[in-house]
Amino acid sequence: MTNFVNSFGIILFATLVYATPLLYAALGSCFSEVSGVVNIGIEGMMTAGAFTGTVVAYFTGSPWLGFLCGGLAGAFFGMLHAIATVNLGADQTIAGTAINMLGPGIVIMLAKILFNSTDTVPLTQAQKIPKLFAGVFDTSTVFGRFMDNVFANYASTYLVFAAVLLVWFVFYKTRFGLRMRACGEHPLACETLGINVIKMRFACVCISGFLAGLGGACVTMTMSTQFRPISIVGQGFIAIAAVIFGKFRPQGALLGCLLFGFCSGLKVVLGGSSGINMHLVSMIPYVVTVLALILFVGKSRVPAASGKPFVKAK
Amino acid sequence: MKKKKHFLDVISENRFIHILLSILLGFLVGALFLVVMGLSVGAAYGRLISSVTSLKGFSYVIVYSIPYIVVGLSVAFSFKTGVFNIGAEGQFVVGSMAAAVTAILGASIPKPLLIPLCFLAAMLAGAVWGVIVGFLKTKWGINEVLSMIMFNWIAFYLSNFIAGLPAIKSEGTAEATKNIPVNASTLLSKDFINSLGLAPTANWGILVAILMTVLVWFVIEKTTLGYELKAVGSNKFAAEYGGISVNRSILTALAISGALAGLGGALQLMGMGNRISIFSSQEGFGFAGIVVALIGCSNPFGVLIAGIFYGALMYGGSKLNLEGVPTQLISVIVGTVVFFIAISVIFENLKRLKTHADRNAEAAAIKKAEEKKEEKK
Amino acid sequence: MAKEYVDMNTPVIEMRNIVKKFGDFVANDGINLTVHKGEIHAILGENGAGKSTLMNQLYGLLKPTSGDILVNGKKIEMNNPRDAIDAGIGMVHQHFMLVQPFTVTENIVLGTEPTKGVQLDMVTARKNVVEISERYGLSIDPDARIEDISVGMQQRVEILKALYRGADILILDEPTSSLTPQEITELIAIMHNLVKDGKSIIIITHKLKEIKESADFCTIIRMGKYIGTVDVDTVTENDLASMMVGRNVTFKVDKPEQEPGEVVLDVKDLHCLDYRGIEICKGLNLQVRRGEIVGIAGIDGNGQTELVEVITGLRKGTAGQVLVNGVDVFNKSPLFGFEHGVSSIPADRQKHGLVLDFSIEDNLILQNYEKGPFSKKKILQRDPIFAHATQSIEKYDIRPGNSEKRAAGTLSGGNQQKVIIAREVQNNKDLLIAVNPTRGLDVGAIEYVHKYIVDQRNKGKAVLLVSFELDEIMSLSDIIDVIFDGQIVASIPGRDANENDLGLMMAGGGKKA
Repeated sequence: MTNFVNSFGIILFATLVYATPLLYAALGSCFSEVSGVVNIGIEGMMTAGAFTGTVVAYFTGSPWLGFLCGGLAGAFFGMLHAIATVNLGADQTIAGTAINMLGPGIVIMLAKILFNSTDTVPLTQAQKIPKLFAGVFDTSTVFGRFMDNVFANYASTYLVFAAVLLVWFVFYKTRFGLRMRACGEHPLACETLGINVIKMRFACVCISGFLAGLGGACVTMTMSTQFRPISIVGQGFIAIAAVIFGKFRPQGALLGCLLFGFCSGLKVVLGGSSGINMHLVSMIPYVVTVLALILFVGKSRVPAASGKPFVKAK
Repeated sequence: MKKKKHFLDVISENRFIHILLSILLGFLVGALFLVVMGLSVGAAYGRLISSVTSLKGFSYVIVYSIPYIVVGLSVAFSFKTGVFNIGAEGQFVVGSMAAAVTAILGASIPKPLLIPLCFLAAMLAGAVWGVIVGFLKTKWGINEVLSMIMFNWIAFYLSNFIAGLPAIKSEGTAEATKNIPVNASTLLSKDFINSLGLAPTANWGILVAILMTVLVWFVIEKTTLGYELKAVGSNKFAAEYGGISVNRSILTALAISGALAGLGGALQLMGMGNRISIFSSQEGFGFAGIVVALIGCSNPFGVLIAGIFYGALMYGGSKLNLEGVPTQLISVIVGTVVFFIAISVIFENLKRLKTHADRNAEAAAIKKAEEKKEEKK
Repeated sequence: MAKEYVDMNTPVIEMRNIVKKFGDFVANDGINLTVHKGEIHAILGENGAGKSTLMNQLYGLLKPTSGDILVNGKKIEMNNPRDAIDAGIGMVHQHFMLVQPFTVTENIVLGTEPTKGVQLDMVTARKNVVEISERYGLSIDPDARIEDISVGMQQRVEILKALYRGADILILDEPTSSLTPQEITELIAIMHNLVKDGKSIIIITHKLKEIKESADFCTIIRMGKYIGTVDVDTVTENDLASMMVGRNVTFKVDKPEQEPGEVVLDVKDLHCLDYRGIEICKGLNLQVRRGEIVGIAGIDGNGQTELVEVITGLRKGTAGQVLVNGVDVFNKSPLFGFEHGVSSIPADRQKHGLVLDFSIEDNLILQNYEKGPFSKKKILQRDPIFAHATQSIEKYDIRPGNSEKRAAGTLSGGNQQKVIIAREVQNNKDLLIAVNPTRGLDVGAIEYVHKYIVDQRNKGKAVLLVSFELDEIMSLSDIIDVIFDGQIVASIPGRDANENDLGLMMAGGGKKA
């Protein structure tokens, strides 16, 4: 029993740790997709955020300033994507692919310049994003250990849950959200009502870059302590998958990311203790996602104007 | 009636000019970075050029470019047929592993038989990987981009798993498969390589890549199958109206695209790779294939050239640190090239506006002519 | 014939000498428009005459190349629809500008949403919407999603959208194109109510009868040029028509009497579901014989679209039979139906009819690419394909000439339709289905399409015509079948048909035949 509770606690901890960066990026992806712009550049934006976050934290000593700058770096690449796709009507897939090359390319070059290495110098404990409620729980009891495992978590994790609520509120309870969703469904209708589709989409793609940047910073400032070229390997794409899984809703993306995180957590526990092959265990999150899609989710309705550039007549 | 060609027509009609402009801009942005970093543009680009222009260097470029070309063809084929094969990565990985398993287990089979067998196994594995995704899409309507991303990772871990099996794993300490037997190698003979001073990994895989280029072009442009797949790709509703089975076409397109990516994996393994390591991250051949397809405008011959170009950048890029220049300069250059290719649609948009006007003007002219006829009566 | 137009007081709208160029093409060439308060002003012109271009400038969607726009005597620069909305102008577009998954209320308030703090105030929004819909007698369900409501209600939502923004001047772009005669009467009543309330209305149309019934004045545009403004009471429909087209038009289609032959299409007790999974064809029976045109009259959404989709194999039915020359093509592939005698001119030529990226020659072999002489052993034979295109372009007058290799997407709408007609007529099948075959075409092209449809009938083919243009149904059909709620509720000879009776039956007032 004790073992089980312990393992369960560890799984939940891992779930949260894995899900947090994905969730930031997924929320970002929601903004972009729902406003009608496909953003497969999330991966590159995360990489930019991961690098910038760590570097700023390293030089300023402030994890929160680093975290914020990580977001801004993501937003910068979001802006590039927005200029190409929203203002110039570029193919969204091609532009996203370009971002995925440019993001890592530029930041790794910068790493070479700043540190003469592709890796950054590891952050100290004080430069990392702090854990909340560390040492609050009495870890000598089973229950206390469980609570410590689950709740003594990085502040960024608590923040991301707040962000999900906030994004949900913005999407469904505010003027901005209503207009944004309308832009993804019927941009011309918005234009006839005096809503500036170009501005809305531009903003949404930048926001999506910002959130992806935060997600990237989360990876290098919590789980690991430094940026390496392989810090971001596919998380951006997993986040996009979670959004499609969640039918382009923030609450759905939350579910997708948690499911994925949980399977990854399961992997940690199973991989460590049981005799099952590590590589097969590693497959679990991906297989479960596909199965969940087949069994429970089914067709995901893509916003009607998604992927189509909106060209205004002159 | 005949008018002088508008300059927009020249630029917009010629995708080739877009690409050349984009490449030029890519190198310009790269140079900008070099200047900002205080490095010599001349030295860096000089090294890039000199490293790929010698016979040995160029043979390296060709060796590098083989998988890029074939995976690029895979992605280009998918673009032409209306699916975005972001899953080429996974198809490449399973293809490569299928070839490795066939080669290692079939080491005793004579070379003329084993090599085609490995190719076939790889193509089959890649095709299956593609068709699974297609099946999920056509049967349950599951978004193919999502499932391809998942199957890329499943392929990755599956490959790691198989590489670790006792019959496959290297007997030494290496975290990799056994080396493939010489019977399954596409390398040119040692004597030949030495006599010409080629790269030690020089292999005849490029001939397969060229053959595939011609084959893909032929299928797309000359056959009824290509007609069907293209029709579904550009307008599945009209295709269905015309009696073409959309689902079957999607599955066929993914099977062919997957087979090509799988073949790319085999060629890489049997020429340059020699064995498959247990990786800690994906290698990105599928991603490179997307870039190559984009630079090659999804045209098979364009992809052939773009693949060699990409191979040159990759090989030349690996020599950049001799000049103290980070290899990632190449990512920046290629990323910029792709970015400018993406926004080159502004030319086409301008053109479309013009065509629209042309069309209206034409309609008006026709009407006027008709009116005149009426008046005469 | 036009009476001198006298300004009584400041007009609410004045457009002076409007010129709009797209590149070298002049879409509007010096157009004038004056609208007074409380007036219904029609703008008449053929498709492509420049009516919508003119109105899009008044609504700020396009900017005039030159010319002035005055609202209530004040010159106004319209940079975007916001400026038009602020100036009290509202527009109901021909293709509704509604967000499908949103509710009626959300659609109406979009862009001017009431808020409480940062939060949307949907309670107030709903209250306002209900209030305004009651005030103007436009009944709607504020909570329904657009994708679930009828076209008529969607139109009312569009009008409410404009009124909600305080519009005093309403622009209605082809508002009657998908309404029944009864709904049209209702709309005209609504329009009269609105002008009594002090609103002014501009209605864009090419339907002469509606102008006579509703409008006070009419401005005519032909090929981008201003032809004149007339007092509607002083002119006849024929006057309007000749001003619109610039020559005398015959509305009659010449059609020799002929005895129909044996049954080609026999639809028995057909049931099928619509895209939402709701039963839409509810035991439909229908016959078309050789040498006759059967027209399906009905309001959009009563099952005609799905009926055609089932016959052509694009949609699976739930029960019934579709016999073509005695062979059941029900729930078979489109290709099977084609092989057994079904050809069709689809409703949406750009979606179903053509692969726009393909060349004309490739579009012309869409169903026959696998057959000789166009392919041999799965290899396309370019020479026969090209030759086929050359003779089709000549015979069917597809313009411009020598356009075999040109992408279909670069042709005008009329010529795109000609490509489809060339293909389907040459397929030479026993059954031709034509769905809204003249939608969006100008008068010349309409005559052309009608000629080919009647030709097919005269050659002994069976023709099933589905159209939302009642005039077209009435002038072409030998038999008119009225569809309502998924069933054919009446079947009457074309020559006996009268618009009012048809309209009643289309709205469910008829008896089952």
